[in-house]
This record gives sequence, C-alpha cells and structure tokens, in this order.
Amino acid sequence: MKHLLDFQGWSKGSLENVLETAKVMSDVLDRPVKKVPALQGFTICNVFFENSTRTRLSFELAARRMSADVLTFTSATSSTTKGESLQDTISTLEQMRVDCFIVRHGASGAAHSVNKFTKAKVVNAGDGRRAHPTQALLDAFTLQQRFGSLEGLEIAIVGDVRHSRVARSNAELLPKLGAKVRLCAPATLLPRELEADGVTLTTNLKEAVSGAHAVMALRLQLERMNTGYLPSLEEYRATYQVNSKTMKHARENALIMHPGPMNRDLEIEGDLADHNKSVILEQVRNGVPVRMAVLYHLLVGKS
Amino acid sequence: MVALPKNGVIMKIEIKNAKLSDGSSQDVLIENGLIVAALSGAADVSIDGSRYLVTPALIDPHAHLRVPGQEEKETLETGLMAAVAGGYGSVVSMPNTSPAVDEPELVQKLIRDAEALGLARLFPSAALTRGREGKLLSDAAALKAAGAVMLTDDGGTNEDAGVLRRGLEYAHALGLVVSVHAEDASLRGDGVINEGHTSEHLGLPGNPVAAEAARIARDLEICALTGSRLHVQHLSSARGLALVREAKTRGLPVTCEVAPHHLTLTDTLFASERFYCDPVLKVAPPLRSQSDCLALLEGLRDGTVDCIGTDHAPHTTAEKQRDMLEAPFGIANIEITFPLLYTRFVETGKLELSKLLELMTSGATNMLGWTAPTLEIGSVADIAIFDLNTTKTVDSKTFKTKARFDSPWQGEALRGWAVCTIVRGKIAFDSR
Ligand SMILES: [Zn+2]
Repeated sequence: MKHLLDFQGWSKGSLENVLETAKVMSDVLDRPVKKVPALQGFTICNVFFENSTRTRLSFELAARRMSADVLTFTSATSSTTKGESLQDTISTLEQMRVDCFIVRHGASGAAHSVNKFTKAKVVNAGDGRRAHPTQALLDAFTLQQRFGSLEGLEIAIVGDVRHSRVARSNAELLPKLGAKVRLCAPATLLPRELEADGVTLTTNLKEAVSGAHAVMALRLQLERMNTGYLPSLEEYRATYQVNSKTMKHARENALIMHPGPMNRDLEIEGDLADHNKSVILEQVRNGVPVRMAVLYHLLVGKS
Repeated sequence: MVALPKNGVIMKIEIKNAKLSDGSSQDVLIENGLIVAALSGAADVSIDGSRYLVTPALIDPHAHLRVPGQEEKETLETGLMAAVAGGYGSVVSMPNTSPAVDEPELVQKLIRDAEALGLARLFPSAALTRGREGKLLSDAAALKAAGAVMLTDDGGTNEDAGVLRRGLEYAHALGLVVSVHAEDASLRGDGVINEGHTSEHLGLPGNPVAAEAARIARDLEICALTGSRLHVQHLSSARGLALVREAKTRGLPVTCEVAPHHLTLTDTLFASERFYCDPVLKVAPPLRSQSDCLALLEGLRDGTVDCIGTDHAPHTTAEKQRDMLEAPFGIANIEITFPLLYTRFVETGKLELSKLLELMTSGATNMLGWTAPTLEIGSVADIAIFDLNTTKTVDSKTFKTKARFDSPWQGEALRGWAVCTIVRGKIAFDSR
C-alpha cells in the first residue's frame, strides 16, 4: 500500500497481516535489545500541525526501534497561515529524501492532500475529525491480545462521537474485523449518519454497554459546553460517565478503554481508569508495535 | 483576432445570417452602439453569423469582482475580461469588498473605472447596511443616485430581522431591489459543507439545508409584511426553492437566482478520490445533494427561478489551497457558465435553449425592474456570439480571471463557448 489514510482499500486480510506483524514487533519490544534493522536506511518524517506529543513520540519510537532515521516537523498552527501552503511544506521536506510522511493536521482531508503532493508513503496520524487509523489499529490489537479474535465482539464507544476521529476510525475498522460497534453519546454529539453495517447508535448508555466486551470512553473537550452541545458537565457526568456502575451492565470481564488523554472523573471515573479491567496503559504500550507494523508494511511490505 | 482600428473602436459591425435562439436567422447590423436597420457605409467588421448563436449579451446579477481592496483576488480588468470571455455584457457586482461599497463615491468610482476599460458594463450593488454590519442602513437614496442598482449585504446574512424589514421598506420606496444571502448564521454555525452523510463521514462541520430554508421562510414573511421587492440570491436547496415557489403563488414580490455550481455539483464529491476534502468545492451556500440539483433544474423550467447568477467568487490559488476549515468560500465560473449549462442541460434536452438564454438575460433585467434586452432595431448593441459546435475542455489555467485555481469542472468537455462579445457596439472580446 502507498498509504494508510483511513481503511478504504484495506482488506480484512491485509489488516490482519498488520496485526500479526504487530504481534511480532510486540515480542521484539519485550527483548532486552528492543531494536531491529528492518527500516535501516529509510527516512521517516513526522509532520505535525497539531500538538500531540504522545502520538508523535509513539511514531518516533516505532521508527527508531526499526532503525529508521527520523525527522520531525512541528508547527502549532498550520503553516498555511504563514503563507506557505501544505504543498510547499511537503515539497520542501520531500527534498530531504523522505520515504514516509506521518501527518497530523486539524482539518479533515489533510493527509489525503499530502498523499497527492508526494511520492513518498503517507500515514495519517489524525486529520481533523476524520480519521486516526493507527489509534483504531492499536485498539483492535489490544482487543485481539485479550480476546484472541475480534469476531463477534461487541464494543461500546461512549462520548463525543461527533468530534472524534477515533470513533470514526474504530467504527470503520472494528466491523471489518468482525466486531460490532455501538456508538453512544448525547444526541447533540451523535451524528445519525454514522449508522452503518456493524455500527449502531444509541443515546442510552445502559443500552450501549449491555453485554459489551469492551467499553471505550472518548475524551470530552470542555469547550462543548460553551458551544451549546451540552447543558453542563454535571449532567454529562451523571448521564454518560463510564464508571463502575456503568460497567455492571457490561460483560463480567469487559475491558475499559480510552484513547487518551483522559479527563479523569469526567468522561471516565478516575478509579476505573486504574482498575484491573482497564487496558488504557496497554493501549499506549501497543501503539508502538502497531505503528512499527504499519511502517513496516508500507515501506518494505510485499503488496 | 480581428484587426482593430487604431483607436480600438469599431463603429460598424455586421453579423450576417445571425442564427437566433428561436432557430431563425437575420442580419444584425451595429453602428454607434446601437442595432440599426442599415449601416451608413461599409462594415469595419463582418462576422458570418450562420455558424454561431447570436443573442443579447448575458447579464450576471451576482458576481464578486473584489474591488476595492482585494485586488490580489481579482481586479476590475480581470473580472470584466472574464465576464466578456463568458459572453456577459453586464455584471452586477457585490459590495462585500474592503471597504464595503456603502458610500456613493465608491459606487461612482467603480462605474468610472469600469467604463474606462471598455469591457463588460458594471452595475454595482451597494451595501444595505453600513459596513455590511447589518445594523444601520446605508444612504440608499444617495447610493442609488450614484448608480447602485441593488442593495445587499451578501456574504453577510442580515441576522437582525428588524433591520432587514426597514431596509426593504426604505429601498422599495426608492425602487431598489434588496437581495439576501439567505442563511441563518446560527444554524449554519461553523459549517463548511452541506450537512449530511458526507459531512458526518468526513468529520467536516456541516451546514444544514434548514439554515437556508429557515432564513428564506423568515425573509418571505418580511416580504409579505412590507410588500417590498425581495431577491433571494444563490438558492441552493429544494426546500428553499419550494418556499419561494409557494410565496410566488401567493403573489409576493419575490424573485430568486440559482448559481451554476448548485445546479451541477453535489456534496458527495468531497468524498470522491478527485475532490477528497478539496476546498475548490467549498462555497456558500454549500453544494447540496443530487435531488437538490434536480429540484433546482425543475425550478429553471417552471419559472420559479428568475435568473442564473454566477456567484463568481475569485480567490488566490494559495487561499484555495488552504485546508477545508481555513480556505475561503467561492468558485470562479463566469467564463464557463454558459457552456457548462448549455452542454449539461440544453444538449441533453433538459432545458430549452431559449429558456436558458432568458434566465441569463431578461431574467436579470426583470428582476432589476429594467426592460429586457433585444436584438431589435434601436436596441443597444450588447451582443454575445456563441459557438455551439466546437468542443473545448475547461482549463482554469487559461482563464481570464485572476482566480486560476483548479476549476471543479476542470477537464470537462463543453460546447457553447463565447467567440465574440460586443458591448455598446464595440467588440470587447473576440476569440474567432
Ligand atoms: Zn452570497
């Protein structure tokens, strides 16, 4: 593949291959020497127009663990406001013989644009509210590690679905791998149009969580109150917080997930995040092998 | 190009066997800016009209020429050059410039500067409110005296209904039409494309049809209340159109216009490979669905739509290369509006040629309360000549407008290109 922008064009088989490779990488990372020469000689460039230290570090580490050279270009605002277009930025960086761009941007479609501007491979590290495919892959990997397969799993994703690229990418990926997704949010944050094969919507938290194998809480941006999406934090907490009471409706061994960063005691009960059913830190850890697997497949993969 | 006499003026033009939109043929003779029965001597230029469609020049009731203050996007020269290249002899310019056209001196200067160019005629519209802020009425009588032909805060949305009411009353007494960009700003929110399946999947802020429909409904009530002439600009949705249709059956003095992009493009293109989240399609109001396109076409046929306005909205390439959230709204289309609509609708039998021409000529003059243009003896010689047979593909790189960013119709094979445009009896554009 030339790119991982979203999951369009990725077959179930190729996605399972990536997850298998991630397993191999994960084992490598458990060894005392956590480095392989797989991407020696390759140059990977992080292009981040939006602050996300966590995602950037995860990609950087993934690249370095495979012996690639890593460049990082960050800009708090999109460079276009300074008069340089995204195309100019990419063309300039491409002159440094970049083999793969990892792009983070505040606007939907930016990674697709980069892909048009360059012959290099492109990985979408989050574009607007559109997609965050490596996050969804690491979520799938985490679920697979725990349950063996995603086939037949029921996953509840709870929170600000409307503004979430994580929700969109998971709603795209998990059904491809055989899971059922239930998106749950207050009606103002739950676009009806996201209903699809394997994806149902509900405004009822209990309904969403009932029988779920995993419950994922999404980060709530505090600005949603001021822009009229929600009446108050108190009401949100009372109605949609994922907490121990919520989890009683889920399956007994149901996992607790969060893409981070968390607002403890807002979208998720603080203690629950540290509960033994919580795999939130595991998600962070799995980010590295999954991103290694993605880079490996794009840069040296067969197809 | 024909060889122009030294002073750039052609006094006597003959168009032999001009083919008219009704299929008939006649000679059209032009002298001293008028259509005449006979020339006083030999013609300076003779055009074989049998190969072309000859019609009164097109009139655009809605174009953004960006002057004063935004000359990096368009100048009077490039904008009016683009207009004549599209077969337009007259253009109504929008006042959302920098500063806004809200003072008589600005109107006068626009007219003066445009006259000096000898391209299309410029009829400025002026701001309904000072600075287009929607609060205090501008000096409408003085603006009219200076030459303004319409009042509008286009781009702005007249959030204060009370101000719009008074503006309509005041303008109506002066015989001026008020035109509105009908979108409820709070329902539109930060929307950058139509709200629907595509916006939600792409995660782009949506702007619902309800924003347009609700605002049209409100403004029609004000129209009924005041009995004043109201013109709805660039109507984009089936629902908005239905409201205007219903108001017309009630006899309200309302007119409306439709832009070529709302007739030919849909929001689903944003999810296509070619236009994935591409701001070249970003326009306000937004592109809607296929059923909206079909409804608007039906509106052209049944007379609900009075005229085609291009809403030609030039921007720099750099601006249109920003991301979907930052790029400005607007499409540059004045040069291709006739060939686009001719090829898409007339050639396919969806619309009569005479109807299309009516929508692009007398539709605008009726809306403005003027007499309709004709090719009769004694009429002013504003004439467009179109080649209905030669196919040319759209290439924004060759546009006369400054806005040469990728056209949404780039590469589309069209017929009906203007080959010659005559304004005031002078050849303003000639590509024969
Ligand atoms: Zn407008």
